[in-house]
Amino acid sequence: MTEPESIARPPTRGEMLRDRWFRGLTFGLAWLVILTVVLVVWQIATAARPAIENYGLDPITTTQWDGKTHFGFLAQIWGTLYSSILGVALGGLFGVAVAIFLTQDFIPPRAELVLKNVVELLAAIPSVVYGLWGIFVVIPAIRPACNWLHTHLGWFPLFNTRLVGPGLLPAALVLAIMVLPTVTAISRDSLAAVPSRLREAAFGLGATRWETILAVILPTAARGVWGSIILAFGRALGETMALAMLVGNTPVMEWSVFSPADTLAALLANKFPEASRTEVGVLMYAALVLLGITLLVNMAGAWIVSKTSVSLTGGVK
Amino acid sequence: MSTVPGSAAAPDIDLPQLEKSLRHPRTLFSACMSVLTGLMALAAMIPLISVLLMLIVRGGERLSIALFTELPPAAGMDGGGIGNAVLGTLQIVAIATLISVPLGILAAVYLAEFGPESRTAATVRFVAKVLTGLPSILAGVFAYTAVVVLTGTFSAPAGGLALALLMLPTVLLTSEEALRMVPLRMREAALGMGATRTQLVWQVLLPTARPGILTGVMLAVARAAGETAPLLFTALFSDYWLTRNPMEPTPSLAVLIYEFSSSPFPNQVEIAWAASLVLVAIVLVANILGQVLARRQVHK
Repeated sequence: MTEPESIARPPTRGEMLRDRWFRGLTFGLAWLVILTVVLVVWQIATAARPAIENYGLDPITTTQWDGKTHFGFLAQIWGTLYSSILGVALGGLFGVAVAIFLTQDFIPPRAELVLKNVVELLAAIPSVVYGLWGIFVVIPAIRPACNWLHTHLGWFPLFNTRLVGPGLLPAALVLAIMVLPTVTAISRDSLAAVPSRLREAAFGLGATRWETILAVILPTAARGVWGSIILAFGRALGETMALAMLVGNTPVMEWSVFSPADTLAALLANKFPEASRTEVGVLMYAALVLLGITLLVNMAGAWIVSKTSVSLTGGVK
Repeated sequence: MSTVPGSAAAPDIDLPQLEKSLRHPRTLFSACMSVLTGLMALAAMIPLISVLLMLIVRGGERLSIALFTELPPAAGMDGGGIGNAVLGTLQIVAIATLISVPLGILAAVYLAEFGPESRTAATVRFVAKVLTGLPSILAGVFAYTAVVVLTGTFSAPAGGLALALLMLPTVLLTSEEALRMVPLRMREAALGMGATRTQLVWQVLLPTARPGILTGVMLAVARAAGETAPLLFTALFSDYWLTRNPMEPTPSLAVLIYEFSSSPFPNQVEIAWAASLVLVAIVLVANILGQVLARRQVHK
């Protein structure tokens, strides 16, 4: 009787060599990922340098763009920030409301699952399809209401122009829909992570459902909720297609939410394909500004999240 | 609630106060907020229903064999299809997948297996998160400077590189997650029999983690297929069929929708809706495939 042959044996020299080679390969590829990101920033920065040296701060302080000597994109910076703030305000409000609705036992678990899947599906629709939908559904649907508001409350700065077609509000509405899944998913996780003994304690003290939510659950989950909103803001700043299709691509700076506007990403999308050499340089400058703003917001987000976490949870996990 | 034992001992408690009644401002506020939140949650479902309904109604009108076999209609012309755009999207996404998937998975192997605590791994995770927040149009700007300027032409590889940059973080982070899910006893069994770490990776970790990795790949593909902004000035667009030469402007569904959405000709707008329906169908199928695969992942 021979023992069944075991497959266990020490590695051969060749296998050891191959092991070292493969480890080296994965290490190299991990570094390639890092280098790629460095290269992205470096490429955009070097491409923007001639324009920065030529025009200095002019582009970010003026609004005139004639394609020859004046390349101001201050209005686009304004439009980028304003449309994102509007979109995130709307999307954040609805997103947090949906997250609360999904976690605080308002509806049976099966209905929660359906609603959760519907919201996740929103994230799967490509932005260019939202743009098309915005042009043919949102703009015609909101126009009468917007123009009624303008006629009756036109003195209010937010309503002091008419909505003729594309504009900030339709763009912000579609942005809100696009960031809603981000806000809901992250807020939902952090609301669900609030220990149930906190809620039970609040109920035990006689708090109503909403007193519990507003005074106990939301403050405890504040870190995740704010984190989701900042993340959504970062996403909204860089969103291109829905804005290029809905915002009107007009470089004006107005408070009115019915006014057309323009954003940095939309400027790149519209001007780049047919840009002259000088214009490409300035567009690189605009791309660098956009990169800077999004990086700044993401880092500010990380900082706010780290600040709010300890103070509001009071160390309770 | 009218007779409670011991109520006489605590006469200053107003018992009816303990009952829920909408006449109390506190309960009224709570009930109003509940109704309001419910309405907001319902309102959040309207856009999806509206988008899907419009896609089926307006896009479905043009759904036919001709849609997939004909070229996009010129301005003012009737008929036409999106055949070249479907093929172009497949080509660009395939190039992006070929670049991002091997790179993402092998880098994830380093992160999960060879140096999970190393400084390199921490840096890779950090830059992957930075990449997740990179506006998609900037990926296009990068591919423009890196490929279009160098080769002197708009091309499918330029578009593929831009999309690969957007797919990379998803593939990398989900693959790392999936590799880490492989039960420790399976690692130990392989190592205990004298396998090298490389054999462990190829014969145990990657096969076991395959469903999870494929989920990440499918999600990344779904996202890439719908991206428009990075293609606008990398792959550009073309009204003709693809040729053998990839180094020329390549059409895609996403750019076709963008171009035709602002067209004054109803026929082109109809084609845009039909293309949207096809694009959403592709994206949803990729998403659902990813979800199905995710259920087959082995857990610790």
